[in-house]
Amino acid sequence: MLIAAGLAILVAMVMATIRGLKGPTIYDRILAMNMFGTKTVLFVAVVAYLYERPDFLDLALAYALINFIGVLAVLQFFQNREARQAARTAQAVPLSGGEQDGASS
Amino acid sequence: MIALIGLVTLTLVAVAAIATVMATNLFVASMWFGIFSLLMASNFFILDAADVALTEAAVGAGVSTVLFMGALALTGEKEAIRSRVSWFPMAVLGVLALALFVATFQQPMLGDPMAPVHQHVAPWYLEQTPNLINIPNVVTAILASFRGYDTLGEVIVIFTAGIGVLSVLSFKPKRRQTISSEALAAKVRGVQHHSILRVVGKLVIPLLMLFALVVQFHGKYTPGGGFSAGALFAAAVMLYGILEGADRSAKAMPEKVMLRLAAFGATLYTSVGLVCMLLGGAFLDYNVLWPDPVVGQYFGILLVEFGVGLTVTTVLVMIFNAFANRPTY
Amino acid sequence: MMEMIVDGLSWLLLAGGGFFVLVGGVGVIRMPDLYTRIHAASVTETLGTMLILIGLMLHSGWELATFKLLAILVFLLFTGPVSSYALGNTALLGGLKPELGSQDPSKEGRDL
Repeated sequence: MLIAAGLAILVAMVMATIRGLKGPTIYDRILAMNMFGTKTVLFVAVVAYLYERPDFLDLALAYALINFIGVLAVLQFFQNREARQAARTAQAVPLSGGEQDGASS
Repeated sequence: MIALIGLVTLTLVAVAAIATVMATNLFVASMWFGIFSLLMASNFFILDAADVALTEAAVGAGVSTVLFMGALALTGEKEAIRSRVSWFPMAVLGVLALALFVATFQQPMLGDPMAPVHQHVAPWYLEQTPNLINIPNVVTAILASFRGYDTLGEVIVIFTAGIGVLSVLSFKPKRRQTISSEALAAKVRGVQHHSILRVVGKLVIPLLMLFALVVQFHGKYTPGGGFSAGALFAAAVMLYGILEGADRSAKAMPEKVMLRLAAFGATLYTSVGLVCMLLGGAFLDYNVLWPDPVVGQYFGILLVEFGVGLTVTTVLVMIFNAFANRPTY
Repeated sequence: MMEMIVDGLSWLLLAGGGFFVLVGGVGVIRMPDLYTRIHAASVTETLGTMLILIGLMLHSGWELATFKLLAILVFLLFTGPVSSYALGNTALLGGLKPELGSQDPSKEGRDL
């Protein structure tokens, strides 16, 4: 049954990748990354027991923590985009020749 | 069974790599890079390399994503569109890829006990570690003791990378009048107004730091060691910076202190080697640190791994603070 | 006898967990809108995780690894819903509108 659970988790990882490839908006891709991270945690836990080496569970714990931080970093960047652009364009001194601001999104 | 899992994950690695390159929105590309890193960590895990998997996940999916977000906040998200395709570099790459592909058929099979790499040094390490060093994690024994000189080089490289990033980022733009970092942070208190995220996130930070310390000091018994512990501790500080504002994390971990601690970590490693020389042995020969050589190895590994962890943590925190506190490019 | 019950229970929990992970995966692909996809993904994060990890805990017995699994479970249960909330909130604040059904009154009595 461990093998079946492992295969189910692999299939879910493939499905998350498909959503990441297809997803029209950026949020679909963030969702795919988050789901991928949690599936990796489960995958590591199940395969650690398949290999009969339970001391590999430290990896699963580390991945769970890291996944959370990655998603929060992405979301914080996203929420601050508008505020940062407003701060940038409010302070930019106009130059001759129309210097292009790199953050035109 | 393992072959099937390996096949699926390697296919997904190829898909993620192609998706990373083909994405024009750099934001999407950095997220695909995070997925790629998690897949590589799963691959390393299947191949029974737990230390590498831990470090790859901590650095690639955690720290790298945060640093890429910091860099994208300064530059912009759209990739510049190339209007013409250069054929000559693609042809060179195609020839190289074909050569590498043909060369893989000459390699021994994965896990073949008769392969040359398993015949000379590897059995010696595996047989002699219980006699000479007596710790269960052979990877840490090789990294910190048998090949300690190479690891010293790695620590110096990390320190140099930190100095390089700081020197590049210390170039202040002259033409634009920028707002101070406190004013910017006050405007962009990103996730700070979400009480749920702050409460739960703050519960995570001490756990993560504790786990990083466990990984650091248990590196002899479980997968871990200085590099992964450093990345995890830096990830905890970055989480604090994300939740509370980058200016607060810069105040909590000021750059001057971090710089000195990074230098101290590399110096600690070198001084252990020098002390070994002063006590009569060779450079980084831990046997002379204590009357019992095995205990001497134990102390030597403890000290140098601590130096490694310290340098990695402080360099990553310095880079994060430098990126996140910069108002514009 | 006791081991057989525990083994059988662990088997059942792992099978259920695998099933819910698959359901969530299919949901993420087939759901029409981001918000419904977040809901589908959160099924795998909470229910699938709980069943699989509790099944693994029963499989391993009274060891240190069981407490590590418990720590992983508690941790994922804390942070999984929070990540989904953060994503949904960011999407809503970023202007992504949820796809609501048609408000056509002629279709009102159709769902059983």
